[in-house]
Amino acid sequence: MSRRAIDSDVLIVGAGPAGLAAACRVVESGREVTVIDDNPDVGGQIWRGEKEKPSSPEAGVWFERIRNSTITFINGARVFQQPQSGLLLAECENDVCELNYQKLILATGARERFLPFPGWTLPNVMGAGGLQALVKTGFAIAGKKVVVAGSGPLLLAVADYLKRKGADVLAIAEQASRANLFRFGLQLISQRGKASQAYKLRRQLRGVKYLTGCWPVAAYGVDKLEHVILQQPGRRFDIVCDYLACGFHLVPNLELPELLDCKIEDGAVTVDELQQTSIENVYCAGESTGIGGLELSLVEGEIAGLAATGQTTKARELFGNRDKQRKFGRLLNRTFALRKELRSLPAGDTIVCRCEDVCFESLRTVSSWREAKLHTRCGMGPCQGRICGTAVEFLFGWKAESVRPPVFPVRVGSMSVES
Amino acid sequence: MPDEVVVVVDGVLVRMPEGSMVSAAIMSAGVSSFRRSVTGEARGPLCGMGICFECRVTIDLQSHCRSCQTICQNGMDIRTGE
Repeated sequence: MSRRAIDSDVLIVGAGPAGLAAACRVVESGREVTVIDDNPDVGGQIWRGEKEKPSSPEAGVWFERIRNSTITFINGARVFQQPQSGLLLAECENDVCELNYQKLILATGARERFLPFPGWTLPNVMGAGGLQALVKTGFAIAGKKVVVAGSGPLLLAVADYLKRKGADVLAIAEQASRANLFRFGLQLISQRGKASQAYKLRRQLRGVKYLTGCWPVAAYGVDKLEHVILQQPGRRFDIVCDYLACGFHLVPNLELPELLDCKIEDGAVTVDELQQTSIENVYCAGESTGIGGLELSLVEGEIAGLAATGQTTKARELFGNRDKQRKFGRLLNRTFALRKELRSLPAGDTIVCRCEDVCFESLRTVSSWREAKLHTRCGMGPCQGRICGTAVEFLFGWKAESVRPPVFPVRVGSMSVES
Repeated sequence: MPDEVVVVVDGVLVRMPEGSMVSAAIMSAGVSSFRRSVTGEARGPLCGMGICFECRVTIDLQSHCRSCQTICQNGMDIRTGE
């Protein structure tokens, strides 16, 4: 496989809000910056497909800033290895990119947390963000019956989006308790922007059943979803639907930071006040430093971009806003913390590892992630434990082992290029 | 109307707006089982963002393509059920 070399002062992995904000700050200082992302276009998950038609004035401002810049974007490319410090390899459609950098900013974002329950592997049971992504990229959801379930503010945003696209949203099931959500609402009042966003969402979702302290316990159907059972303490709902959009809040994407040996604590990349990781010249911004939402990702991205280009005074001016957004992040994670009842969702024959079809029963006979991998092949399939690893951490408390290259499955040819 | 692309999903012509993802085209064709798991279960997309590998299909004879990260091109031959 052929290689091409790309040299940049600053390399950014991830073209979501954090990566884009960082890139703007870097390029405005006159440095050369390259942004690489595995999606076909920029925007990350939250701004997917919004480059030409942004959904908010804020997104529009950022896309305008990158449109008028000299940032180099490489899309549809997956970073899979670090052969030496200052060099990353990425697999592109037809070749391998050799990315040389002076400074690196990791903005790898987050994914939904999926928890196994009977029937969760049926087609048409998918992530909340997962279904939204499909609709954003061309699937017409109009007229379909959808149940949105799991946890986190994403559920409301997805339900609102699907409803506006003509879906019949039958219910939103949020596992967090009403009391937790009430406290969350009170705290939001001190953050005017977020309170008005939340109020607007709720108004748009008027008429959609919002069930709190409620979660899916089973999905049924033959070769695809036909109905779902939701449970609230003392109550059950059996709902016939076409799609179940279900995700339990978000978890950071840590595979690349781990490969680079960045220090990780409590499931997030550790950074100093200038967003630098434990590895010199490697910065991290956005959801990978801990789930905190769009505004936190943007301000962390800006700080990382400024810090990586030596503009520390300017970076410090943004600390106040970052503190405020981090406070909101902590509130989010407290509010949407998973209830322990969700640990007893899987039945013995419920599949936990979807790549290798490893069921819950066989995992009960082992006592660690390593043992699970060796004895059951849990986490050994193409997703490399990205889905089941998060689930078993919640179910059994097992921590994932250190990652090894390649961090994504790649073609043999990509591994065998001369170095 | 945005420009259209035409792809073939399991032998059936599907018209999609330009820029659509292959996964969206498959669902628009009414197919919900994208692939079979190692024990033969029907599976479809989960994460929608290239992480879970559940949306793998064969595109222009190349197997194991993630349909949620591949944009539809005119004439693309998409086959599910691998």
